[in-house]
Amino acid sequence: MTSQLHEASQPLLEVRGATVNIDGRDILRDVNFSINHGEFTGLIGSNGAGKTTLFRVILGLQRQVTGSVLVHGEPITRANRSIGYVPQKVLFDPDLPIRARDLVALGADGHRYGLSRRPRALHAAVDEMLDAVDAGSFADRRVGGLSGGEQQRVLVAHALISRPELLLLDEPLANLDPGSVEEIIALLHRVSQRQRVAILLSAHEMNPLLPVMDRVVYVANGHVASGTTDEVVRPSVLSALYGHHVDVLRVHGRVLVVATALPVGPAPSDQHPEFVVE
Amino acid sequence: MFASFMTNAWLSGTVVALLAGAVGFFVVVRGASFAAHAIPNGAFAGAAGAYLVGMNPLVGLVSFALLSALGIGVTSRRVRNDVATALSLVAMLALGAAFLSASLIYEPTINALLFGEILGVSSAQLWPVLVLGALSVLALGWLYRPLVYTSVAPELARARGVNATLVDVLFLAVVALATALTVPVVGALLTFSLMIGPPAAARVLVARPGLAIALSVALSVLTVWVSIAASYTFNLPIGFFVGVLGASLYLAARVFARRRVSDSVTYRA
Amino acid sequence: MSWLFEPGWWANGTVRTALLVGFVVAVVSAIVGVFTVLRGQSFAGHALTDVATAGGAGAFLVGLAPLAGFIGGGVAGAGAMDAIGVQRVKGRDIATGVVLGAAMGLAALFLFLAARDSSATGTTQLILFGSIFTVGPSTLAQVSWLSAGVLVALAAIARPLLLSSLSVELAVARGVRVRWVGLVFMILLAVAVGMSAIVIGAILSTALLIGPPASALRVARRFAVGVVLAVVLGVVATWLGVLFAYDSYYWFPSHRGLPVSFFVVAVVLVEYVIASVVHRAAPSPSVAAGWS
Repeated sequence: MTSQLHEASQPLLEVRGATVNIDGRDILRDVNFSINHGEFTGLIGSNGAGKTTLFRVILGLQRQVTGSVLVHGEPITRANRSIGYVPQKVLFDPDLPIRARDLVALGADGHRYGLSRRPRALHAAVDEMLDAVDAGSFADRRVGGLSGGEQQRVLVAHALISRPELLLLDEPLANLDPGSVEEIIALLHRVSQRQRVAILLSAHEMNPLLPVMDRVVYVANGHVASGTTDEVVRPSVLSALYGHHVDVLRVHGRVLVVATALPVGPAPSDQHPEFVVE
Repeated sequence: MFASFMTNAWLSGTVVALLAGAVGFFVVVRGASFAAHAIPNGAFAGAAGAYLVGMNPLVGLVSFALLSALGIGVTSRRVRNDVATALSLVAMLALGAAFLSASLIYEPTINALLFGEILGVSSAQLWPVLVLGALSVLALGWLYRPLVYTSVAPELARARGVNATLVDVLFLAVVALATALTVPVVGALLTFSLMIGPPAAARVLVARPGLAIALSVALSVLTVWVSIAASYTFNLPIGFFVGVLGASLYLAARVFARRRVSDSVTYRA
Repeated sequence: MSWLFEPGWWANGTVRTALLVGFVVAVVSAIVGVFTVLRGQSFAGHALTDVATAGGAGAFLVGLAPLAGFIGGGVAGAGAMDAIGVQRVKGRDIATGVVLGAAMGLAALFLFLAARDSSATGTTQLILFGSIFTVGPSTLAQVSWLSAGVLVALAAIARPLLLSSLSVELAVARGVRVRWVGLVFMILLAVAVGMSAIVIGAILSTALLIGPPASALRVARRFAVGVVLAVVLGVVATWLGVLFAYDSYYWFPSHRGLPVSFFVVAVVLVEYVIASVVHRAAPSPSVAAGWS
């Protein structure tokens, strides 16, 4: 479902052989994948698998990294305008005199020194972004007083205002109730198509994403496998990733990744699943 | 109260209030109260040192205030912020104590440095107050957006390319500058009160950042004006009125905001 | 050894009292301070010295015992901070600041009135900067009793306090009443700080409360070791400071010695620098690893 506008052969983001080693431990090892324009990619892995570290690598915030990360074929720089970022959790002081719309506006000019008047166009853009994430109704309330789901939307608007080509979302579905999960996924899918922005969304549970996901990047043990869902979510690929045998069960349109505790080998067919990875 | 010898008091008091209200807003929002308390104490040590070597106290005030700011800003990158501030603070105070014991300063001079002597501000003292005050406000305006950004969400600001450490050190330098000129007017101890009470009150009363700063400045000016008048009328130290008024403003704002919140909750229900 | 100990050191009663008081205060400050640093309450710990000072000045004004004023002021301040909201981490800073600001206003008033109404000079400095050399034997006894009380109470709440300092969630899950434990600790902190502020002055009070524990937590791997190390560092700093201050009287021809607080703080800072160097040379999963 690559965007028709960018048919250039070059991917939007390309990670080549990225390894992150902190205090002698490999957090990520030889990670390779790419993301094309307008794609919706799920970054799937359990807690502690290295998803946030991978985001930090893409944002240029991670030290101790080898390998290369290319955006439009160029090495990344910090504060790359073509990448927007929505962190997992931002703790806002409820007494902070900053409204939702103030935070969104800071996404556009918060890094600029000096005191110039905000152009009219920026105010219009702030309203547009708040509408795009259905946040118009609480735009004038303190950001610290909003609910988790509301803050999530405001943070998406904050990331979108610099008109990025790629949006990184770190576990946006954690701590949301099932109804809100579907709502925010639908919203992100709509945003990605209307604003023509590629999305890389991390989650530890892939099922809610199956209807919208173009590709999946699966992280386990610091290793990564990527491709379409059908290419990656297969016993052979995931078993190699986890280092022990894994079964993939498809039930009622849902995918269950079920692991046995044995090391990789010729998989015994009568082995009972012992625990569920997801 | 408005006699000619009081002109300088009103003028310098107003400048100090304008500045403390604006700088204090960021002190409160960034949770930098401890630094805002430590830096004036560093400035006090500097003034004592300047007396010792016979220099203009303002030079000592500015240089030691900047030194404290730098000390806090740089060491808190490695250590927990509050520990770094506490250690910088005691280092400065101990130096101040040594300077005091080594020099022969009259007690009234010390009291003036600690508690301020707004009624004794001379015209010669007024000029540096105006110049440094204007400089601090300009610096604050220049820093405004990155300062708000790093106060609200440092992680987002960093991802957007803001050097949060640099912003922090520059901000503390502005606090130092503002401190250096407020100290001779309202004293080392009360510079702090003025930077906390009015901004903390403004912060809970309004939701817009620009408006909150304006309100903070207005409350700060009001505090100083009332304090000058009361200090003149009752012949008591101005610091007493500034300290007590600042805290009362905050408590009143809290009560008001809480009632408003409970009103809106019942309204929505 | 005569180069180190100037004449009269061993026979001087004032010095002996100073060393004893310094010992008691250093021990209590170090132990209370370890929790203060762990809980990130250095600002409150320092602010309480100023709040206690206001109480002391007030007591002086109405003719009450200064020690009662210091401790009463400190406890009242701790209660006010708790009422405004020291529990929420973000609110702590403001609560401390507001109480401190108000206390300073009161201190300004009391000191002004005290200076106006009494002919005694040097009141301000004495109350603000204190002097370990002016402590009488009766104060020593009072301070010792108070210290013992603080330490016994602290020992009683030590485990739940430590747990809630490391993780509020864990403590709540284990049934610890975090709010009450926090309040009791604040009151103990106020008593310890008020007591040390009157005998050694506000500067030294903060220096001994934060410095030695911060140094100890940088290098110690175990909590108990950290506490013991903090005590040792605190006592060493105090005793060396008293010694240097006594000696400094003979350093200058004018016979104007430098204050004890200057030397104690200098030793505390040197200790901290050494601890930091050791910490960096051998980065260990120390008690303070998650905190530094």
